[in-house]
Amino acid sequence: MLITQLKPKEDLLSFISGEKVFILQCYGCAEVFLPKEEINLFLEELNNSGTLIVKNIISDYLCNYEYTKLRINLWAEELKKSEKIVIFSCGIGVQVVSTILNQVSSISHQSPVTSHQIYPGCDTLYLNGFQGLTPFNFDCAQCGQCFLNYTGGICPLTSCAKSLLNGPCGGAKNGKCEVAGPAGIVMDCGWEKIYKKLETIGRLDILKEVIKLRDYSKR
Amino acid sequence: MELKELFAKGKFVVTSEVGPPKGWQIEKTLEEAEILRGKVDAINVTDNQSSVMRFGALATCHFLKDRGFEPVFQITCRDRNRLALQSDILNAAAFGIENLLLLTGDHPLLGDHKDAKPVFDLDSVSLIHTVKKLEDGSDLAGNKLEGEPPKFCLGAVVSPCAEPLEPQLFKMEKKIKAGAEFFQTQAVYEVDKFVKFMEKVKNFGIPIMAGIVILKSVGMAKYMNENVAGVFVPDNLIEELKKDKEKTKSGQTGIEIAARLIKELKPYCQGIHLMPLGWNDKVPAILSQAGLI
Repeated sequence: MLITQLKPKEDLLSFISGEKVFILQCYGCAEVFLPKEEINLFLEELNNSGTLIVKNIISDYLCNYEYTKLRINLWAEELKKSEKIVIFSCGIGVQVVSTILNQVSSISHQSPVTSHQIYPGCDTLYLNGFQGLTPFNFDCAQCGQCFLNYTGGICPLTSCAKSLLNGPCGGAKNGKCEVAGPAGIVMDCGWEKIYKKLETIGRLDILKEVIKLRDYSKR
Repeated sequence: MELKELFAKGKFVVTSEVGPPKGWQIEKTLEEAEILRGKVDAINVTDNQSSVMRFGALATCHFLKDRGFEPVFQITCRDRNRLALQSDILNAAAFGIENLLLLTGDHPLLGDHKDAKPVFDLDSVSLIHTVKKLEDGSDLAGNKLEGEPPKFCLGAVVSPCAEPLEPQLFKMEKKIKAGAEFFQTQAVYEVDKFVKFMEKVKNFGIPIMAGIVILKSVGMAKYMNENVAGVFVPDNLIEELKKDKEKTKSGQTGIEIAARLIKELKPYCQGIHLMPLGWNDKVPAILSQAGLI
């Protein structure tokens, strides 16, 4: 079983307050605990605070890339009308949706979603013995302090060999990491990907914001 | 003396570096430093360079300081968590070490203990932030330090010829915001690229020391082109190394190239950092040919 908990309300509100928001909740695998009641309470509060919830989708298995891709096409109209997307799921769900939105826009050139900013609504906590349902190339470190809002939906912990939080180390050559990952697979430099993603959505300012520190008491 | 005082005086600052030995007898390393006496402003001491286990940088800095040298203590985030890093930084203060160079560090997989745990509890930016906190009188967790807070001059690194350059620049900016006071760069062989880099970072208003690695052989140049991030040795330099094999073997070609690079880079930066990789005996000739001594 994997546990997620609602991110601090003030963090979420500072991101979406007063905006047009697309909400995505993943009720997928029974093994993942999603704080449904707290989410619903939060959404009620949000509604009363003048934030427009364009759409509130309850889906399942956001981690299933192909399936989620098909679903996202169904929501194209609502996505166009929204400014921000908040995803209540484990870290994998957020990464999958972020990647799909990026690809949809680059393929169609319609760019209805390129400018979207994605915010993880939950922190995924570590629980021994469960490594997440990962049928695709995404990995959640279950760090308990999800950074995906700050890195364009690309996890700096699992896409960087050193799990750096404040930018690239300077060890990448031709976009590849200085070390090969598990099983000798050469990884792309995670931070170059994060940089490109944030450049695409016009939010490089986020990177310069604050110094990020890992809180290992949450892991 | 803190390097920032030299920059403030408008001096063109020259540093070189020594790598501690694989073992505890450091006489040879200290002899290497002797070659540099009076010729450089400070000497960097590398921290388990290339992730290869060696004698410690802190103890080496202490020996250098005792002998009247100005050491720059290089600290990486690879081998120590935030407790050990802060502890070593306090140790450095007690030894009178004034200059630090704060880096992320290579991954252990590049070194001789490939099965080691990569720590990276902090990274270069959060390490700079940590030292600043210590200087302000508390540790990273916010607990007050006893007595006088330590004082340092904080150095950081940047890769000016990296492609793409932009991710390097935002991190550089973040290091400056965190408290970096000077930069030493990765090796530079492409002067035009370096000049463009300097143009882009002009507004940061921070002293930058261009990195110089002496070219020892054609093989080394080719190896760096294949394997070292942010470093590219252009063909004309490789041809120059190929031309006279004896001259290259004796180090003459490497000296000439390094001295020429320094002369070309000098108008654009505030100092030079030499990384001789064991060829400290060539440093005086380079500095003299470059007109710096």
